[in-house]
Amino acid sequence: MTTTELDRVPELAPRDYASPLASKLERLWATKPGLIGWLASVDHKEIGLRYIVTAFVFLLVGGVEALIFRIQLAWPNQHLLTPSQYDQLFSMHGATMILWYAFPVLTGFSVYLQPLVLGTRDMAMPRLNAFTYWVYLFSGLYLYVGLALGSAPNAGWFNYVPYASRPYNPGLNIDFYALANILLGVSTTLGSLNFVVTILHQRAPGMSINRMPILSWGTLTISVGNLFAMPSVTLAFFLLWLDRQFGTHFYSPPSGQPLLWQHLFWMWGHPWVYVIVLPALSMVSEALPVLCRRPLVGYTAVALATVLTMVLGFGVWLHHMFATGLPNIALAFFSAVSLFIVIPSAVSNFAWLATIWTGRPIFNTAFLFFVGFIIVFVIGGVSGFMTGSVPADWQLTDTYFVVAHLHYVLIGWNLFAVMGASYFWFPKMFGRMLDERLGRWNFWLMFIGFNVGFFPMHITGLLGMPRRIYTYPDGMGWDTLNLIITIGSYIMAAGMLLFVVNVFYGLKRGVIAGPNPWDAATLEWSTPSPPPPYNFVVIPTLASRTPLWEERLNEGPYRSQLSEGTPLDHGKEVLGTSSLDAQPNVILRMPEDSIVPLLLALVLTLLFAGLIVKAWWLVIACLAVGLALQLAWLWPRVELRERRP
Amino acid sequence: MSTVVAVSRRSLPVGSVGSHAIGWWGMICAVLTEGALFGYLLFSYFYFAVQPRQIAFPPELPSLWLAAPNTVILLVSSVAVWQAERGARRDSWLRQVVGLGSGFVLGVIFVGVQLLEWQSRPFGLSSNAYGSLFFTVTGFHMAHVVLGLLILLALTVWSALGYFGPRHSAPISIGAIYWHFVDAIWLAVFFSFYITPYLGLRHGP
Repeated sequence: MTTTELDRVPELAPRDYASPLASKLERLWATKPGLIGWLASVDHKEIGLRYIVTAFVFLLVGGVEALIFRIQLAWPNQHLLTPSQYDQLFSMHGATMILWYAFPVLTGFSVYLQPLVLGTRDMAMPRLNAFTYWVYLFSGLYLYVGLALGSAPNAGWFNYVPYASRPYNPGLNIDFYALANILLGVSTTLGSLNFVVTILHQRAPGMSINRMPILSWGTLTISVGNLFAMPSVTLAFFLLWLDRQFGTHFYSPPSGQPLLWQHLFWMWGHPWVYVIVLPALSMVSEALPVLCRRPLVGYTAVALATVLTMVLGFGVWLHHMFATGLPNIALAFFSAVSLFIVIPSAVSNFAWLATIWTGRPIFNTAFLFFVGFIIVFVIGGVSGFMTGSVPADWQLTDTYFVVAHLHYVLIGWNLFAVMGASYFWFPKMFGRMLDERLGRWNFWLMFIGFNVGFFPMHITGLLGMPRRIYTYPDGMGWDTLNLIITIGSYIMAAGMLLFVVNVFYGLKRGVIAGPNPWDAATLEWSTPSPPPPYNFVVIPTLASRTPLWEERLNEGPYRSQLSEGTPLDHGKEVLGTSSLDAQPNVILRMPEDSIVPLLLALVLTLLFAGLIVKAWWLVIACLAVGLALQLAWLWPRVELRERRP
Repeated sequence: MSTVVAVSRRSLPVGSVGSHAIGWWGMICAVLTEGALFGYLLFSYFYFAVQPRQIAFPPELPSLWLAAPNTVILLVSSVAVWQAERGARRDSWLRQVVGLGSGFVLGVIFVGVQLLEWQSRPFGLSSNAYGSLFFTVTGFHMAHVVLGLLILLALTVWSALGYFGPRHSAPISIGAIYWHFVDAIWLAVFFSFYITPYLGLRHGP
């Protein structure tokens, strides 16, 4: 071993998590103790958990916001909130849930799980991974600082102009929202880039693209989608900020085009719907078969349907704009694509049903959540199919029917899957099981509360109740239904609270899980629970999609090599493999823990603070310091073989 | 009877090597998303250009006197950076430093000429929709050029320090991808704002 070695034949070592090799890897990969060590950590498991916890905090905050305005809406003519407070609260609720909870929680699961299911030791860019987490956290704080200053967004999470333009909305409310979104966009884009590189370049040898876990198909698909979709919304918000603060004319009269906002927003917005559900769908496709004791039915069809859904998702944005007076030919085309997209979604649905039908299901909490997910998935899908039709949409648009639909989609397709996934992967993350009895209560309260709370919205919508109103007169036939909705939302909140209780109980008292409590098939279950900092003591070589089930499935003549492999212990090293057939082609050097990502994220946030108050000296200072930090970050290093010694 | 697959024992390069480097993959993804950004910017431009009325596009055709030679300057800078990349692969210190350095200088000239071009415009960022579009889109491109210049400057210094050679050329290749991208995007911006009016896309009130 020399510091200048340029080529190496990988050694072989047995898989033993108690060997000297394991202690050596532990020293190389472990997060250092102390506060600075914690802040500087680049371990994907550490960062993944931070993402999940932060996203759940935003979920609870967004939930409390909804509970407050549900009291206002429980009876007619309520004045608990002023119209202005109501506007801020429902806008914050939407923004928090869709932007700061729904995607980041999936990112958290992906950051934690992807390197484990792919058989590697970290994300491709560990420091970037830490950076994207910090920027995500700070962008959320930035938004909530706006709320604390009484300048929270108040034009809905979709933020339509001209209401969001300065003449009609002169405070800093929309500017906080615009800049927080740009900051979050930086995090989302860089995070997606990291996933693409990790999944295409660091899979374990032998894990060809058709042996990749279905979980990775979801993450890969939406990450590529994000690369193309994110710039649209970031640009939309940037142009809005220019319009509001520098007098440009993108959206504002006389020569601006208000509809340009809707185009740019929904060209991102509809792909985003799939971005925040497809990874959740793929978590179900990964975990549900394990609980049905068989491989997923129709792996190839589900993988292709995932990709097709994302691709079609770029061609349906106009269905958010059916009522804006666009030409009929455009309406017809986008309506057709919106109806067609049901087909790939149904493929996954039938694959899950067939998996349950032909399997031997274990009726535990995770399974209940997945089945609940399938039921609300179908209801939300059908109401989406209805609004995809132009004549129906003209009746339903801007009514509570749309509110019902989008909550069935976002809670049903995202939160129920996330809850099931939490019960499923919690034992891997913490080495202890969540409690089943509490879990049943958790599920049934959430499932009943959700349906009681959101199903009647379909009816109030059909009865003509408009969205976004802060109160309503009595005698419209909406009173009883709204009271039922509020009761349902509190039942659901009680269920959510039980989950929090269960997590704390599980962390302290949960039954010890062992490496593979569900007897699952994929690589993450071949490591101890929780996994050591280096994940795999030796890198596995794969021969199938289900390395831990090969003997019992007996599908082919070849078996995966899990009991010995390359140790890669000459530093922090991982294997780089080819994108399609996963042949090893390089030994990659990984950077150590670093405080620079946190510092850079702080400087970037400070820069955005300078932008909102127009303190140009601060902006310029932050630019200079930020560039210096990036230079330090990127300076070629001998240890990483980026330059000559 | 089943066989356990063999672990590959092929000799492998270590570290940041050519198109196997993490940074190379990262830059390809970055270029894709930045390309999409310019796609949306130009979408906005064409969205305005096809509106039926009331959008103030300038009455005269855009002048090519500065923009056309400037385009050539930018393209030549790409050739220089490409030469530097070849220089690193062939272990020529001089070709690296001269290639990157002249790419940098040509880029600075482009920025200077572009500033003159901005000054010669009779409208500003907030005059009307066309002014907002013109300065925002070319401004976004300028910001990318400036970032590219900082990258070229860092690479020139690192090359001069003798950091790079045949087995250590990945940083130059990664920087070069970005610079070629910035040049390619300029062609799209140039075509949209300077050529399409001559092809009959609207100009005038």
